[in-house]
Amino acid sequence: MLRVEALTKRYKTGDKALTDVSFDVPSGQVVGLIGPSGAGKSTLIRCVNRLVEPSSGKVFLGDREITRVGRGELRRVRRRIGMIFQEYALVERLTVMENVLSGRLGYVPFWRSFLRRFPQGDVDKAFALLDRVGLSDHVDKRADALSGGQRQRVGIARALEQDPELLLVDEPTASLDPKTSRQIMRLICEICRERGLPAIINIHDVLLAKMFVDRIVGLRAGRIVFDGPPDALDEEALTAIYGSEDWNAMRKEADETAKDAAEAADFEARAQAGAA
Amino acid sequence: MPVSHLADRPIWTRRTTRQQFAAYAGWLALVALTIFAFQVMTRDTIWFFVQDAPRQAGDLLDRAWPPRWSYLDRLWAPLWDTLNIATLGTLLGILIAVPVAFLAARNTTPSLAFARPIALLIIVASRSINSLIWALLLVAIIGPGLLAGIIAIGLRSIGFIGKLLYEAIEEIDESQVEAVKATGARGSQVIDYAIVPQILPTFAGISVFRWDINIRESAVLGLVGAGGIGVQLNSSLARLAWSEVTVIFIVILATVVVSEWVSAKVRGAII
Repeated sequence: MLRVEALTKRYKTGDKALTDVSFDVPSGQVVGLIGPSGAGKSTLIRCVNRLVEPSSGKVFLGDREITRVGRGELRRVRRRIGMIFQEYALVERLTVMENVLSGRLGYVPFWRSFLRRFPQGDVDKAFALLDRVGLSDHVDKRADALSGGQRQRVGIARALEQDPELLLVDEPTASLDPKTSRQIMRLICEICRERGLPAIINIHDVLLAKMFVDRIVGLRAGRIVFDGPPDALDEEALTAIYGSEDWNAMRKEADETAKDAAEAADFEARAQAGAA
Repeated sequence: MPVSHLADRPIWTRRTTRQQFAAYAGWLALVALTIFAFQVMTRDTIWFFVQDAPRQAGDLLDRAWPPRWSYLDRLWAPLWDTLNIATLGTLLGILIAVPVAFLAARNTTPSLAFARPIALLIIVASRSINSLIWALLLVAIIGPGLLAGIIAIGLRSIGFIGKLLYEAIEEIDESQVEAVKATGARGSQVIDYAIVPQILPTFAGISVFRWDINIRESAVLGLVGAGGIGVQLNSSLARLAWSEVTVIFIVILATVVVSEWVSAKVRGAII
């Protein structure tokens, strides 16, 4: 489905963000991309839809070479690739509905988008998606009136509104609390499975990645140093990706985080029961 | 090195002794300069007139009071003209300033080497010339009247609105732009969906603020023949009809207060 060949990105400053990165993502596979800050995770997924121009190497979506297409064609390729962002990147002053419909911008002429007169089919789809992500009651709210988790759900709906063939997800949970993080990761991965949609998910949280994804790619200083199923990600692999550290200590901490999350959920459930 | 040691304890002072003396010397130079400048400034002053000033001012106020309210009847039409000059001039300014701002902003300009310098030049040219001077030029070119006033206000507004707007465009959150681009949107759609919503409150604020300023400026444009209440002011001043001047001042003051109230309301409603 997606094929990346010998991708290299060197920034103008001379910093090499990616070196000779190659991998395939078959249809329907959810890939977790992990690695320390500055390893090139964000650069890598942005090279796929050319928000960042790669210095050399090739990217294929199906049999179309993304790295070679011109500007008009690039827009047609981009609309087939949905993207979900770290800080949601919603247009804060537009409504939830407008944000979701902005996923159709690549498909409609300017006058339709300017007058907000999208085809009824697009609006129907937006309603269905908002229902799927659990935001039916918030259609007319402005994006900046929502909580973090709700905003990320709008971000997911916007990406899916594009009818994408591939999902690029950049740190979807970095600004969310542990419980919401899980819910968002679960939602993204469930939707990918429902639709057989391949995805690349950049993620900081190794345990969260192991819990939800089919395959993990580890990036260190712009090179792939691990590529395998989540189960194969042992201490040795983690050291190869992040450098040496007492990984068991991290697990303990992570267990505590999980316990906190469970307690928080329990507390909220009781609070709601109390309110009812 | 402001840290010194006294009996093994570190002592911190803001400046070293040397820096402290330099600071004193600096203050002394400033006082000397002030005294010198005051002498230059008052070289041509005739002190007899200055001593006479309170009496003169009192005399003027005496003649200016009470205001001749009957004069008000002849002010409504010029006042209406003044408001029109300000409003239409602001609209003209906005119409030209918006595209100029998009050409001038680093992140939206089609070319950094060509379009941006031209847009910046337009902004600077418009800003560096006062409305009154624009009006003076335009009265000479297209003759006296409202049109000259409207165009003068419009030309001056381009720079003000253009500059503040392009700075607002440069300060937008780029991640929203990136997200809209990633959907495969065209350039025009990116502006419509990612940039316009972000700058809209600032744009409204700038426009209303400029309208507010333009009402004040259009009140004096009549002094050079560009229409509005300034024409009346000019003739009353020329005839030394101080009680009429008072009425005009009161009318201008009231208009400015009202316009300020309106602009505050509009800004509050949009943000």
